[in-house]
Amino acid sequence: MSVEQRVKEIIMDELGVDEAAVVPGASFINDLGADSLATVELVMKFEDEFDIKIEEEDAEKITTVGSAVDFIKKQLGE
Amino acid sequence: MKRRVVVTGMGVFSTLGTDVEEFYNNLLNGVSGISSIERFDTSEISVKIAGEIKNYDPEKYFEKNEAKRLDRFTQYALIAAESAMKDSGLDLDSIDRNRFAVITASGIGGMETWQSNHKILLEKGPRRVSPLFIPMMISDIAAGRISMKWDLKGPNFSTTSACSSSGHAIGTSYRTIQYGDADFAICGGAEAVITDLAIAGFANMKALSTRNDEPQKASRPFDKDRDGFVMGEGSGMLILEEYEHAVKRGARIYAEIAGIGFSGDAKDIVAPDPEGDGAKRAMLAAVADAGIKPEDIDHINTHGTSTPTGDIPETLAIKKAFGDHAYKIAINSTKSMIGHLLGAAGAVELIGTIKAVQTNTVHPTVNLDNPELPVCDLDYTPNKSVKRTVNYALSNTFGFGGHNASILVKKFEG
Repeated sequence: MSVEQRVKEIIMDELGVDEAAVVPGASFINDLGADSLATVELVMKFEDEFDIKIEEEDAEKITTVGSAVDFIKKQLGE
Repeated sequence: MKRRVVVTGMGVFSTLGTDVEEFYNNLLNGVSGISSIERFDTSEISVKIAGEIKNYDPEKYFEKNEAKRLDRFTQYALIAAESAMKDSGLDLDSIDRNRFAVITASGIGGMETWQSNHKILLEKGPRRVSPLFIPMMISDIAAGRISMKWDLKGPNFSTTSACSSSGHAIGTSYRTIQYGDADFAICGGAEAVITDLAIAGFANMKALSTRNDEPQKASRPFDKDRDGFVMGEGSGMLILEEYEHAVKRGARIYAEIAGIGFSGDAKDIVAPDPEGDGAKRAMLAAVADAGIKPEDIDHINTHGTSTPTGDIPETLAIKKAFGDHAYKIAINSTKSMIGHLLGAAGAVELIGTIKAVQTNTVHPTVNLDNPELPVCDLDYTPNKSVKRTVNYALSNTFGFGGHNASILVKKFEG
């Protein structure tokens, strides 16, 4: 499964949103109904799923679907 | 000036039903909700029974995503609150929601959430502890969640006094409306601590019955063969409303809350005062608060836990408070059928007490085969419900720490 697809599924599961809403430009808080705690949870799920460590200053910049995918890909060296 | 306060809605989520009528009929019929624990492996624990709600599916009541963010106790609270709201027939759009109090109780709070996050801490380290751990675990969160669900913006908090927590929540709600700080209150309690950690803790205190082979006979208040209480779980919620408002809108009024009595034992961290002095003073304070005489009390729904140390002092307290009249009072214990719901006990049991006052029926104390004589010689309504006029009733709850709360219910005649 591609990074995009895995990220998408985590977001759908965590935020309870439809696949169609999970587009690269979608903001977790403004578009997908997340609150600040849910975004922290999302970052934890990304760390678990991809076995990476996301430092707090990086986590703060992961606010959209696209920024999550880009960050994770970079971490994985893709 | 003190205002009158009536009960216009009730909701329950319990082993004996999720509907007040069903719940009360089961109580009248002496049905037991106690069974073997299925939720966790009990092989290493001496206690293997509880009043456990079976086949509970959170997704029947909540969106999957929402359920994940609610501890079980808050889920139970929201389900019972929803039933009580519906039952009240209140049109929230026609009232001032700033005048709607939410005062709920939990003796412990989100124990399952606590345990699952502690496991994560040990296994994966602090970075993996959920950001929702604290807001899911804290015992006041049910009150917050209820307020958010219905946009209720009056006084909002929770009470914690162990097994008397919801007695204090309801009593405080009564005062809040009586003295004009709100016109409505949703109040009650929720508890969900049938977990290995909690059962082990209570079991090691020797507080729980180990009659594992006969779950339905394990909770036997006032019986000489009682050996401890049985853990229960669930929620009870009530809608209290200022009397004039309820009458004006043509609400169905179950009964009136006419008095409350709170007291402290100042004796022991877990055992009640052996002489029952605190319990006696709580009951008499409720009677005085209602402006009636002790002889007016027809029915007492006891705390009646089925513990060796609890039932005798409560009986002594009733005798000291009511004298010879104690023998004319129909007494019972709801815990004989549903076990002990800790911080939800006061609310769930008060619902039964209110039904007793409304319908002139008193549910039995089941498993009362051989009363603990010579002390326990009152009429505990053994094993079979009775019909009798109930104009005034008391419902007692007492908690670890020496907390006592007694709520006085008066028949409403419109």
